[in-house]
Amino acid sequence: MKYSIFSLIHQAFRQQQDWKPAWREPEPKREYDIIIIGGGGHGLATAYYLAKEHGLRNIAVVEKGYIGGGSVGRNTTIVRSNYQEPGNIPFYEWSLKLWEGLEQDFNYNAMMSQRGVLNLYHSDSQRDEYARRGNAMMMHGVKADLLDRDGVRALVPFLDFENGRFPIQGGLLQKRGGTARHDAVAWGFARGADSRGVDILQNTEVKQIRVENGRTIGVETNRGFIAAKKIGLAAAGNTTRVAETAGLRLPIESYVLQAFVTEAIKPLIPCVVTFGGGHFYISQSDKGGLVFGASLDGYTSYAARGNLPGVEDTIEEAMAIMPGISRVRLLRHWGGIMDMSMDGSPIIDKTHIDGLYLNCGWCYGGFKATPGSGWCFAHLIATNETHPNAKALRLDRFATGHVIDESGTGAQPNLH
Amino acid sequence: MRIKCPYCGERDSQELSFLGQADLVRPDPDGTDAQQAFHDYVHIRPNPAGVNRELWLHAHGCRSWIIVERNTLTHAISSVEYASPRFREKAQ
Repeated sequence: MKYSIFSLIHQAFRQQQDWKPAWREPEPKREYDIIIIGGGGHGLATAYYLAKEHGLRNIAVVEKGYIGGGSVGRNTTIVRSNYQEPGNIPFYEWSLKLWEGLEQDFNYNAMMSQRGVLNLYHSDSQRDEYARRGNAMMMHGVKADLLDRDGVRALVPFLDFENGRFPIQGGLLQKRGGTARHDAVAWGFARGADSRGVDILQNTEVKQIRVENGRTIGVETNRGFIAAKKIGLAAAGNTTRVAETAGLRLPIESYVLQAFVTEAIKPLIPCVVTFGGGHFYISQSDKGGLVFGASLDGYTSYAARGNLPGVEDTIEEAMAIMPGISRVRLLRHWGGIMDMSMDGSPIIDKTHIDGLYLNCGWCYGGFKATPGSGWCFAHLIATNETHPNAKALRLDRFATGHVIDESGTGAQPNLH
Repeated sequence: MRIKCPYCGERDSQELSFLGQADLVRPDPDGTDAQQAFHDYVHIRPNPAGVNRELWLHAHGCRSWIIVERNTLTHAISSVEYASPRFREKAQ
């Protein structure tokens, strides 16, 4: 069923009784051409583009939980392409271009809102650094605006401009950045893939990737063995656990990241605002809640919950730029598991095992990459060749020295 | 999370700084496979879901390097000892 104004009117006259589930609950077949491990945003986007752009149909997405229950439903929904490193910009810009046409493309309201992403700077040297980043973006055809203090004041007048320690001097604005409704993105991709014949297998956990003679032959799951010639691994925080069943050792460590949402208030924050004195980002959802987050908790973890020092740190950063929200009550906070790579940039590549493809290392920036990652990973799986926009995101870059380290912190994932 | 420093006693984890995987052995730079060995040493991690041995620095305390055995699924800490063998022997 295509969603449109006509389907809405039609349903209105039928007391909304005729809506069909957005995707099926099929029994697993014994064999598929391609299995994608991980039914998060990236896995579903990959299946969607494999079906839509490459005409492949015999595909399964295997998800241990339910669709939208992992990181794709646990993030701060920010979409942007304001990167600096030459290996990253073309990829993220391609992803943002896909975001811009996504809702029409998969016929689902993902509430994509290009409200702008504003990175605040608090010192002269930081201004120079942001100017450099803006220039790097513009050299790749991505528009960036460097605002002075008055420019920021016109946009977000309620910030603490005279903060003693972190006075706000200005900001770098990417107007095309913004937010999207995170779980609608997962649902839209799931529905789009399902309608093209992809089987989405929820509550199906991969226990082992079976490899024979250097080739993948399928996966052992809690619902039995499923054969496949090609396997795409998009398991985010659990990447290394699944990969190690195929004997792969990866440059990935898993950390917990917390996110927060407050009670709904009237419209206050018109764009995404990030704090330059630490690492803090905030936006306001369409429901009115303030959605924000900060850095990792700092130690490796698979427990999908954070600890209180992380909460304290985040709130302190919020107070440094927005003391006005100090009395707003927190509704929820939660933690998710991040696949942190050793240089802070992702990996979309083949492995030394024939038929096993890898999509991981998204750190805590995976949401904005969802369509671009799916597009490039689908291209890699379908054609066996790296997509031009992901040509720097190689697994062997750590061995060859071509790391893409945006923050310049080296192989210390808790600092990225 | 609280960590029982062998010198200072039980302290809030905010006093300590996390470095990462303990027991990584720096390879021999003159070895025949030095390039591969250093790649593994710098970039490849076991990343277990369960008990892991990791290095922490009691930065806002006694400044000892300690090895913490911690379950990454529950954050429960099963043992803490000095990283330096010399201190470990002294403590016993």
